[in-house]
Amino acid sequence: MTTYSDPPSSGFRVSQLINDTRYRSYTFQFIALLLLVLAIGYLGSNLLTNLADAGLNISYKFLSEPAGYDINQRLIEYDSQATHLRASVVGLLNTLLVAVLGCITATILGVTVGVLRLSNNWIVSKLMAVYVEIFRNVPVLIWILIIMAVFVAVLPQPRDFRGEDAVASMVLGSFAFTGRGFYTPLPLFGPGSGIVVGIFIASIIAIFGYRRYAKNLLFSQGKLLPVFWPSVALFFVPAILMFFIMGRPITLEYPELKGFNFAGGIYMRNSLIALWFALSIYTAAFIAENVRAGILAVSKGQTEAAASLGLRPNRIMNLVVLPQALRVIIPPLISHFLNLTKNSSLAIAVGYMDLTGTLGGITLNQTGRAIETVLLLMLFYLTISLSISAIMNVYNNSVKLKGR
Amino acid sequence: MADTSQYAFVRHEMLPEQSPPASEQGIIKWLRENLFSSWFNSILTLVSIFFIYKIVSGAWPWVTNGIWSTSSLAECREVLDGATGACFSVLTERWNQLLFGFQYPNDAYWRPTLAFVLLAFAAAPVLFNKLPRKMLIFTGLYPFIAFWLIWGGTILTPVMVLVGLMVGFLAFQRLEQQSFAMGMLGGIVAAVVAIWLGGFVSSALPGFLAFEAVPSRDMGGFMLNLILGVVCVSLSLPIGILLALGRQSDMLIIKWICVMFIEFIRGVPLITLLFVANVVLAYFLPPGTNFDLILRVIIMITMFSSAYIAEVIRGGLAALPQGQYEAADSLGLDYAQSMRLIILPQALKISIPGIVNVAVGLFKDTTLVSVISMFDLVGMIRGPVLSSTEWNGVYWELWGFAVLLFFVVCYGISQYSQWLERQLQTDHR
Repeated sequence: MTTYSDPPSSGFRVSQLINDTRYRSYTFQFIALLLLVLAIGYLGSNLLTNLADAGLNISYKFLSEPAGYDINQRLIEYDSQATHLRASVVGLLNTLLVAVLGCITATILGVTVGVLRLSNNWIVSKLMAVYVEIFRNVPVLIWILIIMAVFVAVLPQPRDFRGEDAVASMVLGSFAFTGRGFYTPLPLFGPGSGIVVGIFIASIIAIFGYRRYAKNLLFSQGKLLPVFWPSVALFFVPAILMFFIMGRPITLEYPELKGFNFAGGIYMRNSLIALWFALSIYTAAFIAENVRAGILAVSKGQTEAAASLGLRPNRIMNLVVLPQALRVIIPPLISHFLNLTKNSSLAIAVGYMDLTGTLGGITLNQTGRAIETVLLLMLFYLTISLSISAIMNVYNNSVKLKGR
Repeated sequence: MADTSQYAFVRHEMLPEQSPPASEQGIIKWLRENLFSSWFNSILTLVSIFFIYKIVSGAWPWVTNGIWSTSSLAECREVLDGATGACFSVLTERWNQLLFGFQYPNDAYWRPTLAFVLLAFAAAPVLFNKLPRKMLIFTGLYPFIAFWLIWGGTILTPVMVLVGLMVGFLAFQRLEQQSFAMGMLGGIVAAVVAIWLGGFVSSALPGFLAFEAVPSRDMGGFMLNLILGVVCVSLSLPIGILLALGRQSDMLIIKWICVMFIEFIRGVPLITLLFVANVVLAYFLPPGTNFDLILRVIIMITMFSSAYIAEVIRGGLAALPQGQYEAADSLGLDYAQSMRLIILPQALKISIPGIVNVAVGLFKDTTLVSVISMFDLVGMIRGPVLSSTEWNGVYWELWGFAVLLFFVVCYGISQYSQWLERQLQTDHR
């Protein structure tokens, strides 16, 4: 008896490469690989010919040559005699600075707006909806430029702070908000301040230890220890005590008006502030929608079940709603952080010297090494993105619902 | 009936219904419930009202005192004479520049205008299912008409491309009987050959039904944003579908090519890709070729958005129940058939909101081209308008105009997508 499902017994024919599903996929993959190699070879040979015609080569030697330009907002020491490499590092730190600042404010603002949008106060929820729709639907570049223009046009200039009848004055005598940027006090760490900082870090670790201990005690013996006030006390008391014991090693340097400008303190340029604000309010609109969706995703039955168990509203939020909502909120939240970091490359539009402004801007224009600089630039952003997605995958796996 | 005479008073008729107390009805109840339900809510309400009052009281005189018919900011200030008021005359005076850029030939403004009006008719049957399907013929012809209107030149160029594509499609239909892959290959080869031959015809008769040709570096203003947005989104949809299918594929090499492309593009900011278009791409082209910046930018933005669309569609593919794939297999459909007839229609439907999100994001991102010194709407405002002597210092009016234009388009698209989602809901709930 023969079965119809028996494979044909004849030998291998060339037409099987196209018509037989067992071999066809190999043919396709081979063709794809061939095309890819051909394309890369074609582009590569074009590149070599073009470079040879222009008398160029691929080399990263320019990174160790003096940059010759100044960067007015920097976190580490830098002058125009430093190398291009150091300029790039300054830019990189500036990118990370604005990204971190932006992520923090965007999260705070976004969570607030998202929660307020769910409020049963009609006017507040409508106001928040308007905020979200307006900021989501207009390009972030326009917001950056608008806020920059507003800063320059609306805030007073440093010269307005001068004289007896000054037009503007410093807030609390220590903060100056000018059109050129913000000036804030700078903490100076004197001798012995290391101990104060060390104590502060140790007390933060102690807070976590205490909370864990209290939780264990609650779960194993059912004893409820107070958590909030001891944590607050641990946070402030040891560090402040130590601060006075060591004889106030940490002092503040206040910005002062010297000539036509301020000196001393921390100076944040208007471009940094505008970029930071614009990225924050733009991203916050997206985060707000996320938070709202996350909270709405927790079904009402959960809240009601928790209430019928006798939990207070505060605890319902902390123990029942938030843990479930966070699972929905966090993955898109991280991708918004990633977007914010990538959008920070728009700094070039307001002259903030981030990595795109230094390496991809002035260094590129001065050395003319387009391929090398753009490659480095992409590599940097790629590293950040891939490492954040790796972290996100780890997180997703850890909060995944465990199936039985 | 019981004897009730022993009681002093017995009511025999129903009392008329009383209206609820004043605090429990109408606007007062609404106010109490929605605005002043607790002391915290009351504070929030008062703060919000104060905030709205501040904005309205600041903006109202500014808008109503607005001046529409002067020719410079100095004149505006003279007319206003110290009062607050907007100087909207920058919009009226520079209207054409803001919309079309400063190099597009003045007497040809009607061409892009007509092209965008026709875009509404071409997009309508795609957007609204209820319209007669015959209108799709116009949609198919639209890209060629729009190209001819905006870029000008002889009508033969787009016509020859159209003929070439039709030849390719006929070849595809002939060969599809054999296998889908053969059909695709034959169709593409036939189309390329036909377009190549057509090129001779159109270059032989450059004056046949020709408009004044406009090089693409002369495009600008909001028109440039719209062109980039529409072209790149429509090109990136098919590429995104292919990438998503490739990423889901069992063929390891194809899968990894797609994964690397998608992850690379999604990992870098668009602005670095625009740098590539601006300064790097020329190195990778054969020596002597010099195609213009707008085309290079379109290539890079299309790559960018197709990677994002691929991820959205991959989500849609993954959301389909496994049973759909198995059902397609058990019907004996091959890969191309099962994808075309069963999987993609459902997966694309699921991914519509995501695709619209990407489209809106992409349209917003087209403003980034101003960074590589192209004069789109933002580039026009920052460059020729704000740096001119007449209008140096008019910020609010110009940026407000830009915000308004983008808001109308993006908000409109997102509202449409929500409407479409409701239309496509086929589960009975």
